[in-house]
Formats: sequence, structure tokens, C-alpha cells
Amino acid sequence: MSVDVLTPQLTGRILPRANPLSKLFAAVLVTVVVMLSIDWVSAAVVLGSELLLLPLLGISAWQLLKRTWPLVLAAVVAGYGTALLAEKTGAVLLEFGPVLFTQDSVNSGIAIGLRGLAIALPGIFLLTTTDPTDLADALAQKLKMPHRFVLGALAGLRLVGLLVDEWRTLGLARHARGVGFEGNPVARLRNFLGQGFGLIVQAIRRASRLAVAMEARGFGAGDRTWARESTFTRLDLWVCLVGVLIAGTAVTAAVLAGTWNFLLDAS
Amino acid sequence: MAEHTRKREAVSIAARGWSWRHAGRKRPAVQDIDLVVQPGERVLLLGASGSGKSTLLHGLAGVLGDDGQGEEHGSLTLDGSPPGRVRGRAGLVLQDPDTQIVLARVGDEVAFGAENQSVPRAEIWERVRQALDDVGLDVPLDRSTTALSGGQKQRLALAAVLAMQPGLLLLDEPTANLDPEGVLEVRDAVVRVLDRTGATFVVVEHRVAVWADVVDRVVVLAADGGVLADGPPETVLTDSGTRARLAEAGVWIPGHQPAVPGLLPSPGNPLLAARGLSVARTKRGPVVLDEVDVDLQAGSSLGIVGPNGGGKSTLALTLAGLLPPRGGALAAAPALARGAGTSPHGWKSAQLVTRIGTVFQEPEHQFLTHRVIDELEFGPRRLENSDEVTVRRRVDSIAERLRLTSLLQANPFTLSGGEKRRLSVATMLATNPDILVLDEPTFGQDANTWAELVALMAELIQGGGSLVAVTHDQEFTEALGSRLLRVADSQAVPEVAP
Repeated sequence: MSVDVLTPQLTGRILPRANPLSKLFAAVLVTVVVMLSIDWVSAAVVLGSELLLLPLLGISAWQLLKRTWPLVLAAVVAGYGTALLAEKTGAVLLEFGPVLFTQDSVNSGIAIGLRGLAIALPGIFLLTTTDPTDLADALAQKLKMPHRFVLGALAGLRLVGLLVDEWRTLGLARHARGVGFEGNPVARLRNFLGQGFGLIVQAIRRASRLAVAMEARGFGAGDRTWARESTFTRLDLWVCLVGVLIAGTAVTAAVLAGTWNFLLDAS
Repeated sequence: MAEHTRKREAVSIAARGWSWRHAGRKRPAVQDIDLVVQPGERVLLLGASGSGKSTLLHGLAGVLGDDGQGEEHGSLTLDGSPPGRVRGRAGLVLQDPDTQIVLARVGDEVAFGAENQSVPRAEIWERVRQALDDVGLDVPLDRSTTALSGGQKQRLALAAVLAMQPGLLLLDEPTANLDPEGVLEVRDAVVRVLDRTGATFVVVEHRVAVWADVVDRVVVLAADGGVLADGPPETVLTDSGTRARLAEAGVWIPGHQPAVPGLLPSPGNPLLAARGLSVARTKRGPVVLDEVDVDLQAGSSLGIVGPNGGGKSTLALTLAGLLPPRGGALAAAPALARGAGTSPHGWKSAQLVTRIGTVFQEPEHQFLTHRVIDELEFGPRRLENSDEVTVRRRVDSIAERLRLTSLLQANPFTLSGGEKRRLSVATMLATNPDILVLDEPTFGQDANTWAELVALMAELIQGGGSLVAVTHDQEFTEALGSRLLRVADSQAVPEVAP
């Protein structure tokens, strides 16, 4: 059956009720702070706060890990790679042939790994608790983004779900014609590109038909009203405050600990 | 209030010498149409493929675009205004349920048109409830639009149009992709809506019988421009001259069955046997059908029938060796396997095409090249023992038989619906498989293409081929003397033909 990208199973009870814009604000703020400095203190504070907030998602740590393991893996690999390649200063911790870990290189590695996770988690909070239709409503009604653009993107997103099905069907249909995923890598690559081209053709056809259907229903003619009102509540104030709090604590802690190194700082 | 009362009023249509030529095409899609439709009239619009029925409907809906997208002559007006300027007065429902749904939830989808008309919020939701009530779609407003059946999706599309309170309802082959239950669902919903709103109504459809009792006027467009016949259904559909021309044009007329050859199947060698087979669409997805026993023999055909969503296509794709069986046994007899192993799913693509061919519902999914001739030669050229002469001869004879000879240099994507269907069948026949599997081969086909398909399939069976067709088309399975396997409630039960 079709992959439903537009009606995801939202998790948690509280966060889905908040306005997508306040969640977006908090997520962006926290992410930006982590990105500004490569140090393990600010990253650890942010990551720690995020882990404390996990119960809000209403899913167990295990379920979260199952969904996000590629990110965790990527963070570990990035951390390991950094520890291996970063400047080798400070006391030697481990030396084994060409492999050399020093205190500073391991510190950088930990910072990079934690930072990766700390950057990824706000996005996960946002994605798992936000309905795309609500986000579109908020962007158009509260941020006053052009509704043609916002609703067009939303309708396009729905087609993405259909295209996942289409890709599967195309694969089977081509196999039936004698071009399956088999043979040497070159043949496989050519087949993959051919199927990709077929998918693009179908995507364009679907999109142009959808555009006609939308136009027939008066879309894009001028002003419009909104059946669903995007509103801010007290909850949104809390969401924003928590975002500011996490960001502020992370900067303060890192500065006090002397680890803050502003990315854009020339030194 | 006066504004709203006016909106509910039925619309009148006036076309005077109207023609439309799509940009980049030599011939006009519609030519010299003179037509006046009074407010509240219900019109069935007929004509051969290519007579421009859909173009006229799109024109009435005001979605043909501006001068850049085509060239217009004469005039086409709704209540005296060009349709593009009074958008929303006409509501258009299209053929494919999946490409006209815009939003994720049922309520939002119905509200979309009213939002675009700047209807106040409170009134929008009133209209949404009324529209869903009118089409008899009794699902929660937050139900996902992808979770609906085909008939439900079409009724949703109808409700979405109704919420705009159009004075003219335009339906472009609204039931072509639906199973028989879905067809009736949609037809009945339309009748209810028209009775309540009194809107003017124009429907385009191949299958006349569905709408003949509902409309009070039938208009037939001529293939070379103008109007061929126009009058009450009982007059137009009984006039022998008009009937003959309609039949020639491939329109399905009540009481007229396209001529097909009689066929008495004589089952021969066993080819493929399923025992306790369970099938699933994806590797981890749910099992849709369990404990299926079925045998395929040379020189016979099997029709897989039953309501949509029951797993018919999944079963067919599994029998075709394209999906792996989830459980049970599916074994090719030595006559079919010919040394390639007993499990069809384990065969290489090149082995599969000479043993089992599959024609998908959407022909475009199977087109691989940019010319019809390349399309036909593709399969034969990949076979091990293919020499130039054999390939040529085989392709020529198939092209001849399926009337594709004049189209050999054309791009497959530019063909008409019927031509695409013929080509997709031809590409499968080119490698001469023992078994041919077809998914809804007659969906949305006009009567001519239908008769051609039946004749071709009969020939195939007579020549010792084995046919599996997923279909709702009882006439199709009857004409081929198919055994029937009814799929419903995750079970597959053999059915004795009446």
C-alpha cells in the first residue's frame, strides 16, 4: 500500500498540539547554538537536555534507537574518524602502529560525535510531532509565506508517497520486460538510471494532472480563506522558552568551562 | 445571501463554432462545435477517441490554459462569460482518483475548493458536511485520503467539487478505473447530487449503459469535427444510422456487443501449479491472500475476479514470477521450466520473458525506449539465439497483427490509450511466452480495442498459450471461456462459470 508521508503517526501527546512554528523556532535555535562551537561541553548540555525531554515524544529509547540508528552510527563513525585524524596534541592514550589517539584528538572526536547527535535530535523532535498540513497552515497563515508555494509543496509531498509505490511497480514492470536488477555492476547501474528516468516521466505526468485538478478547483486565483486556523497558545510560549533555555545553558556552560570555541573566531 | 443564491443556480452553456488546437499539434483537438445546453440539462457526451470530448470538458472547466497553451477559435461561454473568468461555476471530476486528490485528509480535501473561493471559515465546514452527506461518504473528516477505496476516492473528488457549489458539474470518465460496485456507488451519488442541486451536468464516458437512464440528452461529437448526433437518449441510441457510427467509433452502446470469435478451450499440458500459496505485496508487508491452490495449463485461461483491494493483482504478480511467494509452493512444470529451475521468481529476466509475460495495468510503466519499433525489438534481441532475420520477421508479424505498422517510428508515450494498450501486449508477445498475465487489460478501453484484445487472446489460447487475467470484465472472461478464481476476504475460491 501507499506510503503515507502526509499523515504520519505522530508521537507523544503534548508536542503535536503545539504550533509547528514554535517547534521550528526552538529546534533551529538549539541547532544553531550547537553548530556555532565545536566543544564537547555545549554539545553534551544540549544532548543531555534533549534526552531529558525524550519522554515528551512518548516512545521508548529503544524505539527511538530503532528509528534513528543510522544517525547514531554516523555520529560514532564521525567521532572515531575525528579522533583518528585530528591534531595529535596532549598525552598519548593509545598507539598501535600508525594508529595514534591522544587526549586532544579524542576530545575532538567526542565533541564531533556528541555534536552530530545534538544537531540531529531537534529535527527528530520536529518531524515526529508535526503534521505537514499543520506546518503548511502555519507557514502560510502566520509567517505569511505565499500560499501558492506552500500548498503546492504540500500537494507535491503527497505525490512523493505515491512515487514510492510507483518505483516498486516500475521495477516489477521492467523485470517483466527482461530488464531486472541482475548482471554486472554496469548493467545494474544502467538499469537503475533507466528506471529513474521512467519514474521522472511518471512524476511529471502526475504533477501536471494534479496541477489541472487544483486549477479546476480555483487554486491560485487570488486571495483565499483557511478552513483550519493556525493558532498560538500558551504551550507555544513554553516550547520557545525551553528552546531558549537549552541554548542559553549550553553557551553559558561552555564559556564557564573554557571550552567554547566560536566557529567564526579567527583564533 | 443574494450572492450565494446566485451561485447555486444552474449554468447555461453556449458553444459557437468553437475549436481548440493544443500548442505543438497540427490538428485541432476539437473543431466547429455548436452546442447550447440549457440550465439544469443532463448531457452524456459521446464520440470516438480523438474527437475531443475531454478537451471540450476541460474547456468548459476553464483549465485549457491561455494563448500559450493552444489556439482558440469561435466562442465557448458559461452564462455568457468565458469559463476561465468564472472558475468555480463549473466543477470538474477526472478519471484517475489518485491524481486529483490534493490534501492528506478527507475534510481538508473537500474544504480546499471553498477555501480558494474565499468562503468564510464557518461556512466552509457547513459545506464540507453537506457535500460529504450528498455523496454518501460517511467517514471521519480526519481520515487519510489514501486509505479510501477507488469508489470512495471518486465520491470524495465529487464532494470536493460540490463544496464549491458549482452550477455545472463536469465528469470526465469518472468510472473508467473502478470496479462494478464502485461504478454504481459513483453513479448513484451523482444522481442524488443532481436531484438536490439541479445543476447542469455533462459527462463523458465510454460505457453508455451506466449513464443512459440518468441523462436527458445525448450529444455525439464527430471524429472530424462538429456534432454528429444530438437528442434524447431513446432517439439517439436507437437510430440505426447513429448506432452504426457509434459502434464504428468504439462507443459502448447498450444492446450492442462487439463481435468476437467463439472459443472452446482445450486444456493441455500443465505449466504452473500453486499449492497452499500465500502472497504479499512487499517483503515485510502483510499477507494479502492465503492458501491458494491453482493450476495453469497450456491452451486455457484463468480469470482472477473479485472486488478491488482483495489481492488479485498481488496473486497475479506472484504467479508471474515477479513477486516472491510468502509461503506455500509455486512450481513450474518441466514443460515450462525447460531447465531454468522450478521457482519462477528465481528466473533471470531473460529466462522469464520467454516463459511468462506480464502486461501491467498502466502500459507506460513498461515502455523502455523512444520508438515503437525499438520497443517491439527489445525483447527478441535479448534472447540468446536471436539473429537479425528472425527478429525482423517476428516483429513485423506482431506489428501487422496489432495494427502498429504505421506507428513504428512514433514515440510510445505519444500514442492514444488504445494504441498504448496494444503496444504493451505486443511487446510481451514478441518473446513468445508460454503464459501471459494481464492486469485489467480492458479497463477504460473503447469497444474496438476491446474486441481486438479478445480476438488476439483467443488466438493465443488456441495456439496453446495459457492466459491469466485480473479483471472485472465478465464479457471478457466469458468470450475466452476462462475458468474463474474469485478473490475476496483473503481467500481465493474457484468459481463455476454460469
